[in-house]
Amino acid sequence: MSTTSTTRTITVEINGTTYERDVPASRLLVHFLRDDLDLTGTHVGCDTGSCGACTVQLGADAVKSCCMLAVQADGLSITTVEGLAGDDGELTPLQRAFHEHHGLQCGYCTPGMLMSATALLEQNPKPNEDEVKRALQGNICRCTGYWNIIEAVVAAGEGGAR
Amino acid sequence: MTAVETEAGTLQKGSAVGQSVPRKEDRRLVEGQGVFVDDIKRRGMGYLHFVRSPYAHARIDSIDVSAALELPGVYGTLTGDEVAILTDPFFQIAAPPGGHVKDYALAVGKVRYLGEPVVAVVAESRELARDAAELVMVDYEPLEVVVDARVALAEGASVLHEECGGNLSYSGVWEWGDVETAFAEADHVVKIEELHFDRFNSTPLECGGALVEYNRGTGQWTMYTNNQFPGFAAIMMGPAMRVGLDKLRIVTQDIGGGFGNKITSHPQLVVCCLLARKLKRAIQWTEWRTEFHQSMSHGNERWFEGTEVAVKADGTLLGFRTKAIDDAGAYLRYEPLGGVIWSQVAAGMYKWRHIRLEFTQAMTNKAPVSPNRGYSRMQQLWFTERVIDIVAHTLGFDPVEIRRKNFVQPEDMPYETPNGCVYDSGDYPRVMDMALELVGADRIDERRAEAASRGKLLGLGIGSTLDSGTNNFGQSQLINPDLQFSGNNEVATVKLDIFGEVVVTLGTTPQGQGHETTAAQVVADILHCDVDAVHVRAGHDSYWNSHAGFSGTYASQFAVTGLGAVKGAADMLAGQMVKLASMVFQCPEEAIELADGFARIKDNHEAALPFMALGAIPNANNAGFPEDPPTMNCRFVYRPPFEVPDKETKFGNLTLTYATQIHACIVEIDPETGVTEVVDYAAVDDCGVRINPQIVEGQVMGATAHAIGAALWESFVYDEDGNLLTPNFYDYHVPHTLDMPPLKTGAIESPSPFTPLGTKGMGEGGGGGIHCICAGIQDALRAAGGAIVTDSHNPYHRVWEMLSHPERSRETVEVTSR
Repeated sequence: MSTTSTTRTITVEINGTTYERDVPASRLLVHFLRDDLDLTGTHVGCDTGSCGACTVQLGADAVKSCCMLAVQADGLSITTVEGLAGDDGELTPLQRAFHEHHGLQCGYCTPGMLMSATALLEQNPKPNEDEVKRALQGNICRCTGYWNIIEAVVAAGEGGAR
Repeated sequence: MTAVETEAGTLQKGSAVGQSVPRKEDRRLVEGQGVFVDDIKRRGMGYLHFVRSPYAHARIDSIDVSAALELPGVYGTLTGDEVAILTDPFFQIAAPPGGHVKDYALAVGKVRYLGEPVVAVVAESRELARDAAELVMVDYEPLEVVVDARVALAEGASVLHEECGGNLSYSGVWEWGDVETAFAEADHVVKIEELHFDRFNSTPLECGGALVEYNRGTGQWTMYTNNQFPGFAAIMMGPAMRVGLDKLRIVTQDIGGGFGNKITSHPQLVVCCLLARKLKRAIQWTEWRTEFHQSMSHGNERWFEGTEVAVKADGTLLGFRTKAIDDAGAYLRYEPLGGVIWSQVAAGMYKWRHIRLEFTQAMTNKAPVSPNRGYSRMQQLWFTERVIDIVAHTLGFDPVEIRRKNFVQPEDMPYETPNGCVYDSGDYPRVMDMALELVGADRIDERRAEAASRGKLLGLGIGSTLDSGTNNFGQSQLINPDLQFSGNNEVATVKLDIFGEVVVTLGTTPQGQGHETTAAQVVADILHCDVDAVHVRAGHDSYWNSHAGFSGTYASQFAVTGLGAVKGAADMLAGQMVKLASMVFQCPEEAIELADGFARIKDNHEAALPFMALGAIPNANNAGFPEDPPTMNCRFVYRPPFEVPDKETKFGNLTLTYATQIHACIVEIDPETGVTEVVDYAAVDDCGVRINPQIVEGQVMGATAHAIGAALWESFVYDEDGNLLTPNFYDYHVPHTLDMPPLKTGAIESPSPFTPLGTKGMGEGGGGGIHCICAGIQDALRAAGGAIVTDSHNPYHRVWEMLSHPERSRETVEVTSR
């Protein structure tokens, strides 16, 4: 019954830093990030893989870190929201666009939105409104109604923030 | 899409109010550096998981926690029996019969809804706590379930709380004007058999949570939590836990959405407190999504039975009478306040003077209700909007013209409603015209024909709403005359620190409303400094003195109460800065001005003290003054001007401000499937002076999204056994990006004459989207049998039924004319 007693050692590169940790086999990747590594920018908003608040970048792909076990990330490279801004603290054009277009209110969905949109912009640097909507359909926001988020991502693709 | 121009970097000192200053909160949030409740950790803390009832109604025969306790890494448990010994039942807002409810932090003896917390388990990890909870054995004896408020009130229904003698929690008759005469004088009486407002809530993305520590030396608990009304939580918790409020320190930080749904987490906080003391360690509790859906703060479901509307031949509405049946769910955690809150907008936006509403509230085997964005007013406004559209439909009036004719007019402002509420300002016809123009209503016939050529039914809908803000808590006495609450208040402190830092503390609990930014805008203008130079401490901390009994963020009031307090404190500080400068320069205070970040002599700008000097003198360099220099630390309590309403006539002013929102939409219905698509949408807002138009527009957008979701997709559906069929985001479909229609927004400003800044509370929107989509669907269905929309929630299968059997709803509406 209790799977929590089984642990495994994993090595994961996150935002350029390599972490080696013992983790319970049942631990979700999102809880590994949050509870073990204190990377609390990645959030949890549901328990069915529906909301996208936990989205991180695994290689080039945006993935929901609540739908993976931590042990499945062994040997992989991950970017979280904490890894977006430069070492000098400079925000990415996408982060600036969210700020300038009022693309966030409570900020709880924001890390997941940013990670999904970052993956989109890497693959499609100038997405149109419809492409943005499709790329973000797995991310729920309950504050903004999405309009300003979509506007921010389109603006970021058009050369960044105003 | 609308674009809001931002003014970053170009702000002039003294003119921040009214500008879309980009938010101060954003930087930490886009970097993932916000601090939400689940981010807070303590060494050795235990993770709490609740064992919840799998039955909607059952007796608890026995509980065995021994297997859970044997699991290595499990720290301990708490059961209802322990809670019943360690605490008293929560104070009840209701008078009898609802006042007899015995509500504890965990189920005691019996469970009354599916998902009710029965046992709490604490372990060294989230996973282990969850696993251990599964080892707790509870024997239940199922009881008969009642999920329909109408059935709950009937003779012989299964009773939830035996001590109440039935399922009635509150009933009252609310009547103003001369209803009998109005009906005698009416040319038409329109009778509507039944209207139903559905159960849903705004489901903030962050669920409930807390990190609770107990200090054994002082006997004080510290709760880091996302509760959005700490003042209310404290007065519920203190008496139950048999401690004074000084023992309950409540701290909030970043909160991941609230919408009212995070007001009533006091039972869970009590459980955390008891376990922190029992287990001698910090307790971390974070609710899972399914738990939130099963147990937290559903919105009020409401029926309106036997409605009658008195109408003159020219379309003048004289009045209405109806019987409202409200479903409170299993416990009265904030109820029956919904039984009075609706009356803030009893008349909606219309001039009818004769109103009778019999309000009855029932308890059922469903999750407890409590405030949800637009709390209780949304239900009433939906009702008045439905009535208008049904009257227009059945008597052949134009829905636009009947509104225009019956709206309270701008020249009537301030307007006293039949129940003594005062609508402070507004121009409803103009706001409606703007909304109609934005959706291109003048081309509606052309668009209808074009849609018809594609086999679609097209309709235009209007939703007129008021966002009543800044409660007079005296209204609680209208449902329970023994309550000792009235008025309202909020607190702010503004100080100048040693190096000239302007620091603002608030008693509020923002959840995305941008309080740090708007408070800084107000202070910057008063002190004539940069917005960036004003540091606003977000969140609430009851340990310090920046709060009062009603502190929190709820019910559309920050722009009045919160900013009223901020303005008061900043005005005090400005006065002190001028006084100190006059002491230093030995000149009259009138000779000093605050400008460009200095206190200086008006006609000698060389004689200027920077904020740093003004802050340092009283704090660290104060010798040699002939009298005490001012402290540079100012606290102001804003108290709105209210009287206690008259309990006999239920007459009085219940809220200080009334913001307007009028929504208009164009919908297309596919008659093959019943699917409704919103193809055009506009929301026009008038909340008086806007401190930050971009933030106001963001609130309008958010409220619109909630309303569209509730109108078409979101519903807490229970089966007859009390199982919640929509307990997660798979089954409870909230709008996604692809669901959102194109949106146009507009705004006018009718300043409130009653508030310090001319502002009005806003942000709830009164469900404008629900009202206008219902109206749009009804309009579209005219061409396909003319069904009447009688429910607030219209998913495709309900629309399909209206298309298939339009006569069913038409038969529920009857007109008598003389």
